[in-house]
Amino acid sequence: MLLAKEISYQHSQRFQLQVPHLQLKQGEILSIIGPNGSGKSTLLRLLGRLWNPTSGQILLDGVPLSQWDGCEIAKRLAMLPQVHDHSIEWTVRELVEFGRHPHKTWYKRLSSEDEKVIRWALEVTKMEDFQDRPLTALSGGERQRAWIAMTLAQSSNILLLDEPTTYLDIAHQLEVMELVKTLNQEFGLTVVMVLHDINQATLYSDRLVVMKNGRVHMDGSPEEVIQPSMFQDVFGIEVSIQHSDKPTFIPMRTCCDQGRK
Amino acid sequence: MEGLSAQESKGTTHPLFRKRVIVLILLVLGLLGAVCYAVFAGPVSFTSTELIDGVLHQQDNMAKRIVWDLRLPRILIGLIVGICLALSGSILQGVMRNPLSDPGIIGVSSGAGVIATTMLIIFPTTAATFLPIGAFVGAFGTTLLIYFLSWNQGASSHRIILVGVAINALIGAILSSLMLLFSDRVQSVLPWLSGGIGGVGWSQFQMVVGYALIAIVLSFFAAHHLRVLSLGDEVAKLLGHRVERSRFFLILLSSLLAAIAVSVSGLIGFVGLVIPHILRMIIGNDARYLLPASALGGALLVTLADAFARTWFDPIELPVGVFLSILGGPFFLFILLKGMRKNATS
Repeated sequence: MLLAKEISYQHSQRFQLQVPHLQLKQGEILSIIGPNGSGKSTLLRLLGRLWNPTSGQILLDGVPLSQWDGCEIAKRLAMLPQVHDHSIEWTVRELVEFGRHPHKTWYKRLSSEDEKVIRWALEVTKMEDFQDRPLTALSGGERQRAWIAMTLAQSSNILLLDEPTTYLDIAHQLEVMELVKTLNQEFGLTVVMVLHDINQATLYSDRLVVMKNGRVHMDGSPEEVIQPSMFQDVFGIEVSIQHSDKPTFIPMRTCCDQGRK
Repeated sequence: MEGLSAQESKGTTHPLFRKRVIVLILLVLGLLGAVCYAVFAGPVSFTSTELIDGVLHQQDNMAKRIVWDLRLPRILIGLIVGICLALSGSILQGVMRNPLSDPGIIGVSSGAGVIATTMLIIFPTTAATFLPIGAFVGAFGTTLLIYFLSWNQGASSHRIILVGVAINALIGAILSSLMLLFSDRVQSVLPWLSGGIGGVGWSQFQMVVGYALIAIVLSFFAAHHLRVLSLGDEVAKLLGHRVERSRFFLILLSSLLAAIAVSVSGLIGFVGLVIPHILRMIIGNDARYLLPASALGGALLVTLADAFARTWFDPIELPVGVFLSILGGPFFLFILLKGMRKNATS
């Protein structure tokens, strides 16, 4: 699994991320929440080796990411960054085939194993009927599912998602969240995601990490984290919290200054 | 290529599959037709029996001398130039993620040109053998320069074009200064600068054919890299792909291709822009199809354009580069205007 040890990352003069210790547990869904600019995505990008920490190490199965071969990481850890390039023309099927890239030599045909994984990825994301459509002809929700299918085709056991629901309408947001839950519960994937919607994070995660000014402010179960004091400290808002199965919050008003400095 | 059979075995068909096959077949047929036309077209005409007698039976007649010594090397060099320019353009466009990257527009060709001109003017004796290498050094240096100057968290389309145009202007100035300084020797370089394959013979063919074969074979490996890079740097990296290494290889290759064309034909523009652009609109951006189709299309365009350029304006022979610029200039404007209209409506 992933373990971040004493990592820091100097993003700019004004912003530095520091995480002394963060351990990912097998089989959990962990969501990173926090205000804009708190370092949520930075942390995820460090975990996904898109950026290298300025100091400290991130260990995958006990070995620092820097010592791994790129393809070997890709077989164990898949990440979907925020994809903004909508001019990519591949069909869904072709996109998902790229997910097999770390598993095969480029001049070789897809093996029956590859085919099986691709079929599974298309099936679980409900993209089978769309497989010959170009990505440019899909709606935002379908396109997001297609990209998730590509990461699934890597058959890794860790999946990192950077704001997978941004720009989607509420129905498609829930569809993606349900998909994440299925992947976690039925197929045992360990998931780390950055989410903006705190109620969704609470509803679908086993664990929440709250970021503030580049530091981990809180780390715990939704019940532990979703407290009025946390919203006041981190987001600078007053909330009312309702407890049912999982806690949900309703924002009331901003509280003058505090918190977000 | 490999893609054709892979598609069938899957049972599903790519929406563009038929179009791709048809386009590739048409290009092959078109190219054969163009070559035949180029063999027969010209101020002196022959019947096919005269031609076959001359070339196959080694009779020393008029047909043999004109076709074998003049037209054939010229056609073969036209093919090489067309293939190299079109491949270089498609690869550059893929690696810089910009449909306007063309060795002629962003200064890669003129980078090759300035070194080649220097060699031709200052060291005319060594130029014959080392011209392609000199041109390659110039092309590669310029491409790297453009790439690093415009790279800022990903090379943005605008920056590449702006940097390329600036470098192109700078190199143009260097070229002009060279010609003023060595005005007595300019005469030998002039036809070359306007881009043409007018006086070429077997010796030029021998000079480039080896390099061309190497570059074309290397292009078979380019498709895979272009495909993975098309997903964007981050996704490619996350899939375990060595992005920087791939990109370096592709830049090296496109410079080599452009340099081969420049060293034998001078500055011929627009083939690398027009051909991949048209083909991309029809058969999509998949490099497995786009690269072979571009190679065929480039060969077709240059062969045909050269045949027209030397016959239509009889008794003058227009350099093929000039002829192509007359066609290519308006086409470039057309692309720009169409792009603008698209941006305005969306």
